[in-house]
Amino acid sequence: MDFGLSDEQELLQSTVRGFVENECPAGRLRELFDAGTGHDDALWTGLVEMGLPGLTIPEEYGGAGMEILDLALVCEVLGTGGVPSPFLGHVLASLALDMGGSPAQKSRWLPGLADGSRRATWALCEAGSGWEPETWHCRWAEDSISGTKLYVPHADGADLLVVGVEGSRLAVVDTAGAGVRIENLEGIDRSRPVFRVDFEGAPCELLADDPAVARRLRDAGLVLLAADAFGAASHLIDLAVEYAKTREQFGQKIAQFQAVKHQLARLGLDIEPTRALFWHAAYAVDHLPEEAERAAALAKAHITDRGLEVARAVVELHGGLGFTWECDVQMGFKRLMFDRAFLGNPESLRDRCAALAGW
Amino acid sequence: MDLEYTAEYQAYREEVRRFLADWPRVGQEVHGEGVEAEALFRERGIEAGFVYRNVPAAYGGAGQEPDALKDAIVRDEFYAAGAPGDLTSQGAGLLVPTLLEFGTEAQKKRFIPKAISDQEKWCQGYSEPGSGSDLASLQCRARLDGEVYILSGQKIWTSNAFEADWMFGLFRTDPDASKHAGITYLLVDMKSAGLEVRPLKGMTGGMEFNEVFFDDVRVPVENVVGRPGEGWGVSRATLVHERNLIANPNMMRDTFNDLLDLARRTVLEGRPAIEDRKVRQRLAEIEGYVRTSETSTMRQFTAQVRGEPLKAMRPMMMAKLYSTDAMQMIQRCAYDLLGADGMLAPAPEDIAGWARNSTATGWVEAYMFSLGPAIAGGASNIQLNIIGERGYGLPRDPRPPTS
Repeated sequence: MDFGLSDEQELLQSTVRGFVENECPAGRLRELFDAGTGHDDALWTGLVEMGLPGLTIPEEYGGAGMEILDLALVCEVLGTGGVPSPFLGHVLASLALDMGGSPAQKSRWLPGLADGSRRATWALCEAGSGWEPETWHCRWAEDSISGTKLYVPHADGADLLVVGVEGSRLAVVDTAGAGVRIENLEGIDRSRPVFRVDFEGAPCELLADDPAVARRLRDAGLVLLAADAFGAASHLIDLAVEYAKTREQFGQKIAQFQAVKHQLARLGLDIEPTRALFWHAAYAVDHLPEEAERAAALAKAHITDRGLEVARAVVELHGGLGFTWECDVQMGFKRLMFDRAFLGNPESLRDRCAALAGW
Repeated sequence: MDLEYTAEYQAYREEVRRFLADWPRVGQEVHGEGVEAEALFRERGIEAGFVYRNVPAAYGGAGQEPDALKDAIVRDEFYAAGAPGDLTSQGAGLLVPTLLEFGTEAQKKRFIPKAISDQEKWCQGYSEPGSGSDLASLQCRARLDGEVYILSGQKIWTSNAFEADWMFGLFRTDPDASKHAGITYLLVDMKSAGLEVRPLKGMTGGMEFNEVFFDDVRVPVENVVGRPGEGWGVSRATLVHERNLIANPNMMRDTFNDLLDLARRTVLEGRPAIEDRKVRQRLAEIEGYVRTSETSTMRQFTAQVRGEPLKAMRPMMMAKLYSTDAMQMIQRCAYDLLGADGMLAPAPEDIAGWARNSTATGWVEAYMFSLGPAIAGGASNIQLNIIGERGYGLPRDPRPPTS
């Protein structure tokens, strides 16, 4: 019975944290955010050098064979730094291939995804916020798919798309093939752009016919978003604390005002204890199959809900500055807007929690 | 991270369960139901090594090797069985750990055995009419006169003082020393001449706490815990234990489950309230806090077991406030489900505090009672100061100018 990180996991986090602080400091982040491509070759190369894109890919395919918890710890740090990177879609697409691919498919795709030479993302959502496998309507035949997917992160730079199709199936599409049209939806979070992807008889390969794969993939995604939101919200609290310690009004630092101090303490109270919530949800996806679905939904709903509320308060604590494009707070705020909406908002996730509990 | 217990601990859990299989049969055969049956079972628990594991045998405990995992297994299993284990009274829960840390050998021998067996009941004399959140400003005086201290002044919000045999409390022994330095931790016999207890009626209708008046009450110097003038430091240790008692995730989960039962039984627009989307949303939102509290407690626990408490310092500071906030959310939701029944006054049998809830008036009582823990042991605004200052390095409140 041990509910804490291993030395290796702490080292993993501190290594990634050091990398993010050095390679994506506030000024660089701002440039990338304004550019809005959500990608930077140097950052991606750095993640690849740390072995992160292949973190959960089995060692026989060139990965590190680690768990969802390890991925979540990386996502927390990327969320903290607001790092523009196709990491989320890439690792989830890799998980899909690992879980649902045949040995031949795995050998063909996973090594390139593990070493970062090829990039992948996943395409789940359809019109009407249909994230759930049961709501996928993309039509498929043995070797092609047709339909439209929305809010596909980083689709522009992806070589492979893992697409949710009718019957809770997953299909893999090479974006270099025919019948794939990608259009930027101009998302709010410029660190992770989202796209509409139209498929018209696009050549594909289907993954295993196992609805459990799609569900597990979704649960892993929920956990990673919860971790990202935890990191983003924690960072915003740090920004607000720093600002309150330096900003002066009425002749003193505003942190000296108990109203401000208590508001900051409440923000910490909202977020810090939830570190354990996403740890546990990650552990559940890794080891507790009966609890995984509900734990992931509950954690993502709670952390993104509290996280966006924290972000709102942090904007307010910065006064007029907080409302400006110039202020770094807006980037974290938008990161949380993405985390909250992607894969279902808290209301829909709580509906699922209620149903799963048999309420 | 591994939430499985190793074979050794699984075996230990089985051992505890086998022992608990006798509850409540043991004791009832001898004494019927009630306090005597509980006392007998608790004694057997000590003999078996499960109850008061961390209190040395010389003072009446089981004197087991320290093992926080075994503590947790015992706590969970006893709680699940509803069996009498370690008392969480002011004596066993607050005084005993303090004496184990700061007491003299004579004090430990004299007071611990009777506190853990509940033969002597204790109350905590901290707050005063003029010293609540600013506890260190306390004025209740203890003047040294030869081998005795002579106490004069008043304590307030003293839970259980009416039935207590002893009080542990803070008294000002040196009015000339700085605020925190002139305070001494004393053990006071409640039967002393000059000591008077007046009960205060709580808002639930229960006699939850008291005023205690001291009119030249004599306390021998051997009843000082720690050194004279160092009572503040001694009391900080007690306070940590008190906050740990308040933040109990098992109790929170039980109360949440009770709330689910209430939502199943309550009819809203012709169907069970639990089928109403708004109610389901609210329950799931509250469960987010309950689950956070449970998992964060696990994290803090592991940090302690590993001897790395600093790694969970912030959540530890937050545990009390997080838990009292969440409990109030649960109780408020229940109160809302009661509808018009929420206008009913609690019946005398409801006024037990933290009782399991099944009746409407029981929930009314529990709702009101849930306001109390947010005040006791450091009010929520004080908790926010602690979190802000020690957790996030924010500046301390400015001191008013001294004249």
